[in-house]
Amino acid sequence: MQRLFQILLKYRAFIIFVLLEFLSGWLIIQNNQYQSAAFFNSSNALAGNIINATNYLSEYLSLRKVNQELSQENAILRNQLLRNPSVTTGSTSIDSTLSTEFEYIPAKVINNSTRRFKNYLTLNKGSNDGVEPGMGVIGIHGIVGVVKSSSNHFATIISLLHGNMLVSSKIESSNTLCTTKWDGVNPLRANLLYVPRHIELNIGDTVSTSGYNAIFPEKILIGTISQVKLPEDATFYDIRISLSTEFHGLSYVYVLQNNLKAEKISLEVNSITE
Amino acid sequence: MVRGSLLNQTLNFLFYILVQIILVKNLVLFDTAFCFIYVAFLLLLPLETGILIILLLGFITGFLVDVFYNSLGIHTAACVLLAYLRTHWIRLLTPTGGYEVGAKISLNSMGLRWFSSYCLVLIFIHHIALFFLELGGFGLFYFTLFKIITSTFLTFMVIVIVQYLSGSIYSRRV
Repeated sequence: MQRLFQILLKYRAFIIFVLLEFLSGWLIIQNNQYQSAAFFNSSNALAGNIINATNYLSEYLSLRKVNQELSQENAILRNQLLRNPSVTTGSTSIDSTLSTEFEYIPAKVINNSTRRFKNYLTLNKGSNDGVEPGMGVIGIHGIVGVVKSSSNHFATIISLLHGNMLVSSKIESSNTLCTTKWDGVNPLRANLLYVPRHIELNIGDTVSTSGYNAIFPEKILIGTISQVKLPEDATFYDIRISLSTEFHGLSYVYVLQNNLKAEKISLEVNSITE
Repeated sequence: MVRGSLLNQTLNFLFYILVQIILVKNLVLFDTAFCFIYVAFLLLLPLETGILIILLLGFITGFLVDVFYNSLGIHTAACVLLAYLRTHWIRLLTPTGGYEVGAKISLNSMGLRWFSSYCLVLIFIHHIALFFLELGGFGLFYFTLFKIITSTFLTFMVIVIVQYLSGSIYSRRV
């Protein structure tokens, strides 16, 4: 018994080291789970407030660009109004279930990264404003990411630039269902997976969300095809797309609240289990 | 003496962590070189600090940085590894005649050659653990290796610059 204690005492540093590494490993595994109610990330109150204060000082540097983008978006929306006057007159011809499915919660990006393998954003809106884990986030130019966790006043977003993020997408020209995945290198490019070789493709084709899930509505822009390769013996194309969202300069985004999510999912689950 | 150094270390800790999470977090040179200056806190702890204390401090430091980087566990694991290897590496680097009693780890007291061989290796190991854990595999091996090497040099340069700056402040005060 005494010898055992002696051994433990002799190797105490190594034992503590292994213990702490196991603890870190457990934390990594916990954090990797897709959406979790994780507390120890940038959406907790302390971290959120520090990040917010830093952003408060640095946001002045990008005001010109933010203004430009917002006025650009205004122009786009006004054009849509001109083309589709029924929106302003409150015509009832729009399908009422579709028109109320998604609601937009505006939020400001207070923290952002694009150069890491797993990138995250922090928003200044939290569960007090209705932001919940699992909601989709879009920007002016297209898709941004999915909410990972939210506290009362802040939310952490898994960016599209995250190695584990898969987005169900569609090539507009042929309505082909496929998957968008970032490769970890260039924040302006991503890969398009599972496009079978019989589909006809052109460089410049638009890729957007499929709407086959409860996170993103249909036809949110993801990017355009920039490079197509078809290896001799491959089942699928190797496609590169250039992303429509410029992640580096993101300032304001919208969180998508899906009012029919519970209904949609419960219906799908019911029909699977039957 | 002990209380004074404890206060010093606490200030050091706050300084390096705050600089990391407020300023340096958004600093990426040439899209590849990251700066993780907070490891300087662990590297510059007094020579005679017990290994258990260093391990615990490494865990706490890494955990705090992780909270701000949304990468729970990754910086923690890398820092604990650095903290564990630190003592052994210092023992291996012992100059002939051993260390002076109460010697501080700093550029001034140890000289550039000792200091750079001490820092570069530990930073390199820390960065290897950090980047490959974040990647979660060896898929982009050479790209990641390039990132690790450039980041190691950037972190080291910044630490040396801070050493020169703080060194001149200390010497003026004395």
